[in-house]
Amino acid sequence: MSNAYLAKSMPDAHSEPPASNADALAREERRENTSMLLLLAPALFMVVVLLILPMCWLAFQSVQTEDGFSLANYARIFEERIYWDTFYLTFKISLIVTLLSIVMGFPIAYAASRLQGFWANLILICVILPFWTSVLVRSYAWLVLLQRRGVVNQTLLDMGIIDQPLNMMHNTTGTVIGTLHVMLPFMVLPLYSVMKKIPQDLMQASESLGAKPFYTFRRVFLPMAAPGVMAGSILVFVICLGFFITPELLGGGRTILVSMLVQRNVELYHAWGAASAVGLVLLFVVFLIFWGINRFIPIERILGAR
Amino acid sequence: MNTLAYLRQLRLSHVLFTVLVAAILLYLIIPVLIVVPMSFSEARFLQFPPKEWSLRWYEAFFHSAEWMSAARVSLITAVVTTAVSLPIGMAAAYAINNSSLKVIRTLQIVLLLPMMVPIILIAAGVFFVYARVGLISSLTGLVLAHIMLALPYVIIALLAGLRNFDMSQEMVARSLGMNRFRAFMAVTLPQIKPSVVSATLFAFITSLDETVVALFISGGDNQTLTKRMFTALRDEIDPTIAAISSILILASLILVVVAGRNKQG
Repeated sequence: MSNAYLAKSMPDAHSEPPASNADALAREERRENTSMLLLLAPALFMVVVLLILPMCWLAFQSVQTEDGFSLANYARIFEERIYWDTFYLTFKISLIVTLLSIVMGFPIAYAASRLQGFWANLILICVILPFWTSVLVRSYAWLVLLQRRGVVNQTLLDMGIIDQPLNMMHNTTGTVIGTLHVMLPFMVLPLYSVMKKIPQDLMQASESLGAKPFYTFRRVFLPMAAPGVMAGSILVFVICLGFFITPELLGGGRTILVSMLVQRNVELYHAWGAASAVGLVLLFVVFLIFWGINRFIPIERILGAR
Repeated sequence: MNTLAYLRQLRLSHVLFTVLVAAILLYLIIPVLIVVPMSFSEARFLQFPPKEWSLRWYEAFFHSAEWMSAARVSLITAVVTTAVSLPIGMAAAYAINNSSLKVIRTLQIVLLLPMMVPIILIAAGVFFVYARVGLISSLTGLVLAHIMLALPYVIIALLAGLRNFDMSQEMVARSLGMNRFRAFMAVTLPQIKPSVVSATLFAFITSLDETVVALFISGGDNQTLTKRMFTALRDEIDPTIAAISSILILASLILVVVAGRNKQG
C-alpha cells in the first residue's frame, strides 16, 4: 500500500536513501496487511467459534453412531417416509411461496418505482412497516385472522360467501399465507431498487419507435428487472427452506418442515445424529444454491438487499 | 373511434392494476394493523371488532413480573449486542474495504455466513457448544450468540457507507500527522454516519427480534421476550400478546421513521 507508506514517511521522505525504498515499501505493505487482518480478527473469531466449529461438530455427529462411523443417519433420510416427505413438503412450500412472492411482489415494486411522492411512499411504507415488525407479532396476527372463528371466517360467514368456516390453520394453506407475508418484502425491496434505476426514457424511446406498451414492458423493462427478480427469488427461497417460527405457529405441528424436524430431534428426542444429518443436508442445499447464484450475482449483493 | 377504444382499454387495465396493487398492499398491512384494536378489547376471547374497550391486557403485561423480566432481558441483550457488534463490525468492514489482500475476500464470505446458514442449524450448534461450556440460560451466552448473528448486517451496512467514501481524505489527515485511529474517528466516521445509524438499527432489531436461538439457549430468569411470546402463542392465545405486539408495532413504526430520516439526511 504505497499510499499508506507515503502517509507514514512523508515528513522524513528526503532523509531516506532511494535504494532502500523498495524494501521499506515491502515492509510497509506487510505491516498494512497484518494490521488489516488483525482488524478482521475479532469478527472472524466470533463466527468461527459460534458458527463454524459447531457446524463441524454437527457434521461429526451425523456420521457417528454407537458403533463408530456410519452413514445410517443419512440413509434414514432416504429410507424413512417421514423424512423424505418432510423434505419434499419443505421444497414444495418454499417454491410456492417464492412463485407467489414474484407474482405479488412484481406489481407493487413496479407501481412504487413508477409512481412518485405520496403514493410511492405509501406503497413503500406498506412494505417496510411489516418488514420491521417482529415475525412473532405477524404470526400472532395471522392466528387471529385465520382461526376457525377468526376474523376472515367471521367476515366471510357474515357476508354469506361461505356457510362453513374454512380450515386455514394447521395446514399448508396457513403456512403459505403466513410465510408469504414474511417473505414478500424480501422480494419487493430488491425488485424496487432495481426497477428504480431503470430510466423512464427507455420506455418512451421504445414507444416512440412504435412499440405497444406491453411489448415495451416485455422487451425493455422485464429484461432489465430480471436481476432483481433473481436476487429476490433466491433470497426468499433460501430463507423459506430453513424458516421455523411462522410455519411452526401456523402449521400447528401438522405441516412439518425440515426446520421442525431438526428442532424436534434436538429438543424432544435428543437425537443429535438425526438432527445433524437432516440439518447438514439442508445446509448443503442452501450452499449449493448460493454457490450456483454467486456466478451471476455476488452473494453480498443478494444478502445486502435486505 | 379506434383510439377511443384503445384508451378505454388502457383505462380498464389501469383500474385493474390499481385494484390488484391495493389488494396486495392490504394483505401486507392488515395483519400489522389488526393487532392494535384487538389489544384494547375487553374480551378474553378473540373478537373483531371488539365490543367493549379496556386497557386490561396492557395492565396484565406491565404488572406481570415474568413479562417485565423478559422485556428487560430482551432490551439489555439488544443494547449490549449493538454496543459490541458495532465496533467489531466496523473494524472488519474497514479491513474489507481497505485491503487488497485476496484472502480478505474469502474471509468476507465467512463473515456473511450467519446470514446464510439456516437459523435452526445455528441454534442447534450454539446450543451444543453452550451445553458443554455451561452458558445455557446465561445472559452472556445470549449476547455472544446475538453478536455473531448481528455482525453480517452491521458489516454490510457499514461497507455500503465506506465504499462510497473517498479514503484519500483519511490519507490526507494521516499525512498531516494524525495517527490512523484518530484520522478515522475525525475524518471518516462523521462522513459515514448514515450507514452507522442503519448498522445500529440492524444490530438492535436483529437481537430484539431473534427468536429461534433464544428458544434453544435462553431460559430460567434469562428468557427473552420473543421466547416467552413464542411459548405463549404455541400453548394458548393470551390477549396479553396483543398488547405486547401493539407496543412492538409502535417501536417498529418509530424505527421506520428514524430509518427514513436517516436515508434523507
